[in-house]
Amino acid sequence: MKTLAELQAIRDRAREKMTVRGDHENAVRVVVGMATCGIAAGARPVLNAFVDEVAKRHLDNVTVGQTGCIGMCQFEPIVEITMPGKEKVTYGKVTPEKVARIVADHVVNGNPVVEYTIGELMK
Amino acid sequence: MRELSLNVLDIAQNSIAAGATLTEITVEEDTAADRIVLTVRDNGRGMTPEQVRKVSDPFYTTRTTRKVGMGIPLFRMAAEMAGGGLSIESVPGKGTAVTATFVRSHIDRMPLGDITGTVVALIRMNPDRDFRYVRKWNGREFAVDTRELREILGDVPLDTPEVADWIDAYIKEQTEAILAPSSGEGPEDVPGN
Ligand SMILES: Nc1ncnc2c1ncn2[C@@H]1O[C@H](COP(=O)(O)OP(=O)(O)OP(=O)(O)O)[C@@H](O)[C@H]1O
Ligand SMILES: [Mg+2]
Repeated sequence: MKTLAELQAIRDRAREKMTVRGDHENAVRVVVGMATCGIAAGARPVLNAFVDEVAKRHLDNVTVGQTGCIGMCQFEPIVEITMPGKEKVTYGKVTPEKVARIVADHVVNGNPVVEYTIGELMK
Repeated sequence: MRELSLNVLDIAQNSIAAGATLTEITVEEDTAADRIVLTVRDNGRGMTPEQVRKVSDPFYTTRTTRKVGMGIPLFRMAAEMAGGGLSIESVPGKGTAVTATFVRSHIDRMPLGDITGTVVALIRMNPDRDFRYVRKWNGREFAVDTRELREILGDVPLDTPEVADWIDAYIKEQTEAILAPSSGEGPEDVPGN
């Protein structure tokens, strides 16, 4: 059974990490469209896949957030990734299966997965 | 929407958009009464009676990127299709409660789906807001409340990966625990039921 004592232990470990972690100038922001159109198209598992992948790789500089409808409902689930000093990249029709590659290629190595971008999908 | 848990996530997003600091989600299953009741209650900005009347109209929205609001009409449709209905109670400046009822055995009732996934996604996305999730099954119930978890966590945020994982596992275990021991039937969101 999950106990509150366990949660306390998690808290103590997290506190130790917080002190060594410090601030991040190279912060990466991942946002998932979570309006009705996004949710209906499958945004929830995509969001959870990003959170899991980021946690698995211990990418402390990455935050995963949400946004509303950006008016391109036909391309939902939509994911936008912002990296410092680079233009925002918008992915469309994202599935949980595509997430590992986007994180590995784009978030970690800085090379957007062009074939998954909205620009490519519109061609 | 393919599962009711996605409607719940979507309706809770309205609460977030309305500036709610506390959103309460209740999932109630009663097999004897053959009923499921889903409630999303918030302390957001609320709506006037006039606004409440309008949100039943699928062409009403306060959003600016697209002209139609779909969330509430879709939820209403899912409930009415399954022999139930949807009601909205709202007080400007106080908050809103959206309640949908379903005939549990109705052939057109959508499955509940991954309601734990919905609650965990909401907490992960909004670590500075509070959520209370209440799961009831035939008179047995449990609740998880981020205000109580925060008391234990102190300055450690709710979206810390290990914390979110703990909440996820905790909700799943607690849901299984309210399974009535006497009957073979259990809450729909427990694997094996
Ligand atoms: N909990 C709430 N508190 C305050 N206002 C609400 C709440 N829920 C809905 N509303 C109002 O009702 C409108 C319609 O909601 P609905 O979910 O149907 O559409 P939407 O959120 O505008 O767009 P969509 O859900 O399609 O992305 C909202 O724009 C908002 O003004
Ligand atoms: Mg909505």
